[in-house]
Amino acid sequence: MNTLLNHADWLIKASYFAAAFLFIFGLKRMSSPKTARGGILWAGAGMALATLVTFLYPGMHNYVLMLVAIISSSILAWYSGRKVAMTAMPQMVALYNGMGGGAAAAIAAVELFKGGAHDSIFMALGVTGGLIGAVSFSGSLIAFAKLQGLIKRAWRFPGQQVVNLLCLLAAVALGGLLVGGQLTGFGGITAFFIAALLFGILMAVPIGGADMPVVISLFNALTGLAVAFEGFVLNNAAMIIAGTVVGAAGTLLTQLMARAMNRSIGNVLFSGFGDTGAAGDAQGEITGSLKPIEASDVAVMLAYAEKVIVVPGYGLAVAQAQHKVWELCQKLVERGVKVKFAIHPVAGRMPGHMNVLLAEAGVPYDLIFDLDEINNDFSTADAALVIGANDVVNPDARSRKDSPIYGMPILNVDQAKNAIVIKRGQGRGFSGIENALFYADNTRMLYGDAQDAVGKLIQGLKEL
Amino acid sequence: MIDGFIALYIFMLAAFTGYEVIARVPVILHTPLMSGSNFVHGIVLVGAMVVLGQADGVLEQTIGFIGVFLAAGNAVGGYVVTERMLEMFRTSGTKTKNKAEPAP
Repeated sequence: MNTLLNHADWLIKASYFAAAFLFIFGLKRMSSPKTARGGILWAGAGMALATLVTFLYPGMHNYVLMLVAIISSSILAWYSGRKVAMTAMPQMVALYNGMGGGAAAAIAAVELFKGGAHDSIFMALGVTGGLIGAVSFSGSLIAFAKLQGLIKRAWRFPGQQVVNLLCLLAAVALGGLLVGGQLTGFGGITAFFIAALLFGILMAVPIGGADMPVVISLFNALTGLAVAFEGFVLNNAAMIIAGTVVGAAGTLLTQLMARAMNRSIGNVLFSGFGDTGAAGDAQGEITGSLKPIEASDVAVMLAYAEKVIVVPGYGLAVAQAQHKVWELCQKLVERGVKVKFAIHPVAGRMPGHMNVLLAEAGVPYDLIFDLDEINNDFSTADAALVIGANDVVNPDARSRKDSPIYGMPILNVDQAKNAIVIKRGQGRGFSGIENALFYADNTRMLYGDAQDAVGKLIQGLKEL
Repeated sequence: MIDGFIALYIFMLAAFTGYEVIARVPVILHTPLMSGSNFVHGIVLVGAMVVLGQADGVLEQTIGFIGVFLAAGNAVGGYVVTERMLEMFRTSGTKTKNKAEPAP
């Protein structure tokens, strides 16, 4: 019997080791476009292996409950993950991430209710992991609700940051008392988790839609950290390694995203974009006028261009126009036009989100270029086609010091010979400021839903 | 039991590994990678299973059940979403060639 247990123990440890290797190997492969597809398969194999051997863990019961939970949840997650539209991916990541944070908090909760057996260091790690996990859980759910459109507005009130700070301090203090042993029992543990959950909500509620990707990424890193801490408590090396890797990778990813918007993480968390945007209203000293253009004229312009750069933005994602846009571009390529796609780091709802949408439509990724790679190309392009992008092509970010988006790197669409802007109406972009590009002499406005407008362009090309 | 300092070493090395893996990744892969790392912390499932497996009493079992439920959603959902995103990364040589045939 003892040797059997030892065999199981050895098998579990070896499998966790293999899983940790597969996770890191998989993530490494996911960081290059050529090998990315295989990466998730390796990581998935690691996950399956680790989960299966965990059933052999000695001294367990409640197998029925366990299977019911795993199977029901897996079916729901599989179904929702398969069915969701590509444009809704960011909020699904937020939702699944929140679930992971909740699971880490649940582990901490059970350990706390069991009580006693641990020394204070493990107790402190467990409580910290529980705190972070709970914050990530409630915060991610708010992020999900906002991106899904269930919560429409950023919610701000005077003294909000003081309230947030007090809430965090309360959660930390309650956690400290739990570790110290002054606070015990159902009431104390519940109060601790309520404070932590409340802080997560308060933290996410004032953040506007455009900043959500950064916040989701931050919550992702936090969940990783929470998992690692609970891994220390459970003495589980796979959890420690996977959680820490994600915590570090997620932190770096969050920094990269914030930097792409020329903002610090603190700036994203503690100051709403709208606060500075409102002040920008005063500036309306833009010269020139909006010059509309017909789709048929645009079709001619594109057909006889040598080089066209397409700049997709959030409007394209909303209108689900990625397939039409690629159809248009294929028609242009057939005519010998050089077509490139220029992606701003924060185009769409998440860095890389636009790439995913274009890839869905079948656009090969070697036609897609980052800001740094393509920005010098605009001056030699005959036409730049801006589809539902606004702030990321606003030249004010380069030239007007008083603009709220001053300093944000932008795509130099204004340097192209002609700029065509497809836009739903004359409204302003997310930041609520005027866009000088739209008033420039070489800019023409094509009003309409991105999908319809591009459809008309395709029609126009066919008639040539 | 993993010795305290060994655990600290593991923590440090894993943190550097995570940082290095992401350090030179192109913007195009940011969202898939965030999604992929979201999947990887689904490993919390094994911890939740162990905790539920050793839970006694209705309270512990309920929380343990919730933990396993949430963790499995993280792992499975994270995998499906990441796989769907990455499915789309192809070079112009492969699939698009067939797709580029003009419709008659």
